[in-house]
Amino acid sequence: MTPLALADVITGREPGPDGYVRLDVPAATWEALAAGCAAGLHQMSALWADRGEMRLALNDDERHLRAIVSLRTDGGTYPSVARHHAPALRLERAMRDLYGTHPDGLPDPRPWLDHGRWPGRTRDERYEFLPVEGDGLHQIPVGPVHAGIIEPGHFRFTANGETVVRLEQRLGYVHKGVEGLFAGADLERGARLAGRISGDSTVAYAWAFARAVEAALGWPVPPRALLLRAIMAELERMAHHISDVGAICNDASVIAIHAQCALQREDVLATTQVCLGHRLMMDRVVPGGVAADLSSEGTGAVRSLLSRLEATNGEIRRVYDSMPSLQDRTVTTGIAAPELVRQYAAGGFVGRAAGLAFDARKTFAYAPYDTLEFSVRTRTTSDVDARLMVRLDEIDDSVRMVGQLLDRLTPGAVRSEPPTAVAAGEGAALVEAFRGDVFVSVRLGADGRLARVHPRDASWFQWPLLEAAIEGNIVADFPICNKSFNCSYSGHDL
Amino acid sequence: MRSFLRDALLKGMATISSPGAGQAALEEVARALGERARRRLGRSLSIREVDAGSCNGCELEIHALNNPVYDVERFGLKFVASPRHADVLLVTGPVTWNMREALLRTFEAMPAPKWVVGVGDCAADCGVFAGSPAVVGPLSGILPVDLHVRGCPPPPLDIVKGLLALIEAPG
Repeated sequence: MTPLALADVITGREPGPDGYVRLDVPAATWEALAAGCAAGLHQMSALWADRGEMRLALNDDERHLRAIVSLRTDGGTYPSVARHHAPALRLERAMRDLYGTHPDGLPDPRPWLDHGRWPGRTRDERYEFLPVEGDGLHQIPVGPVHAGIIEPGHFRFTANGETVVRLEQRLGYVHKGVEGLFAGADLERGARLAGRISGDSTVAYAWAFARAVEAALGWPVPPRALLLRAIMAELERMAHHISDVGAICNDASVIAIHAQCALQREDVLATTQVCLGHRLMMDRVVPGGVAADLSSEGTGAVRSLLSRLEATNGEIRRVYDSMPSLQDRTVTTGIAAPELVRQYAAGGFVGRAAGLAFDARKTFAYAPYDTLEFSVRTRTTSDVDARLMVRLDEIDDSVRMVGQLLDRLTPGAVRSEPPTAVAAGEGAALVEAFRGDVFVSVRLGADGRLARVHPRDASWFQWPLLEAAIEGNIVADFPICNKSFNCSYSGHDL
Repeated sequence: MRSFLRDALLKGMATISSPGAGQAALEEVARALGERARRRLGRSLSIREVDAGSCNGCELEIHALNNPVYDVERFGLKFVASPRHADVLLVTGPVTWNMREALLRTFEAMPAPKWVVGVGDCAADCGVFAGSPAVVGPLSGILPVDLHVRGCPPPPLDIVKGLLALIEAPG
């Protein structure tokens, strides 16, 4: 199969208002584009089923091109993308479980989200993990219920003594049928659902959903609302970055840093509660604008929060740099091979720690980031330390960004009325959540309700890299590696 | 690191004073358990948390219970890794079919006497996920629930007030 570059396929075509070129392709082009992903000519962003079609969202990061290509399936059968490009494997297994599609040539036929527990689809046969052969190997099954307060998932370790030889994940435990619930919902309910795809990225998902709907309907957003959305998104980013930095240090038994980070996170959440009415800012981003405004006292409270965040972050960095015993646990631990990271086109700090300069706020800049001054922070060592450093750097950047955004706030409306003419339409959006880019595609029916929504979490392309990153590390380092990725279960399981 | 110590000495305590048990929670617990059963809990509770399908919003707020501001261990509330050590099963999420068995097995692994607390709107009535075929139904249809803490997600203070109702005498 000769690989085909996205740039060559879409030359001369104009992107829609959401930045995506949309086109139908025959099976041969579909396969050639899949091979193009494998050859690194462009990046796979999402893959989903819709009404007898398969859709593939592709990015050309270098040329800043995006497209959604559609392939009409033959009663659900279509040429597998994973056959050419391994990162599509879990996506295709998930779509097959949910929509009954048949990816022809799928390299791994095992179910993924379907555990044989859904009513009418119960099965008793066991899920077979991949065989691991060798002398002196033993297996350690972990989960779905883990020791701490975290989401459920199963990790099957195969170890030789203390060293992990292989990790195989099994996810899907928190599958709650989010896509099914979107179908037929009105926009208001859709926005609430979008904010609960992964609670830790509620602002990012609600924003991606809102942008997709606004693109589909030609719904303008007031300038003040755009600024407020970015302020909320950056506050969300900082709250998670700071607490995850603390959690990583906690796994290396440095509880003093953990306590400081937890206090700083609580400071952010207490401020958002007072200024925006919800600690996690759930349901604050809605199609057409935002559902919360920042008063002048609120603006002052966020400004003083920023100075505390900057001071704490600086101090955390100084303490981290001064502790060789802590760095001993993070440096060269959990290295995700940069060529794998590129193959999976992993977003967020997982990608940037491996030198991938992708950030949806920059690569496919959306308002108001297109007018903000900031750079994409990268590292090259791709270990726990690099992922942690990227996050410390990004907290500093977010502090500056929110400062710029607050400077620009002028009085005005924060939400516009929906367009009166109801029309069927499609829209998609890519938003940079704290852990990476989230993609949301929306198709509206003629009745103005949601016909099909597909959200794709950054974790889809990060979870498999965690399997690879832990190889050769000791079992006891799994928690610190896992924290340094902090993938979403809920965002993945849907 | 010196700055952390300096802050600890000069800035005063970050930990808030006890909010006391929530009135509604006290009443619900009294109804569910009765005074005698509650006395058996004593002043120390070991809690095993299980996410049975949550969006992870509740987990973020349950995590916050252990931060220096809420610091629930001072009340005798301790999160434990094994269900064998637990008195209370703290459950979040609408209970998915894929998590049902793991949830039941965790409950069965706990020694009696044991109590179940549902955290968040999803645990009470499946929240925004109600009606999905991938969801079994409210937690109360699967396990005997002694206390609900509502909210989406409930702020840490509400969870603290609910848990205190389990160990504090009313009034």
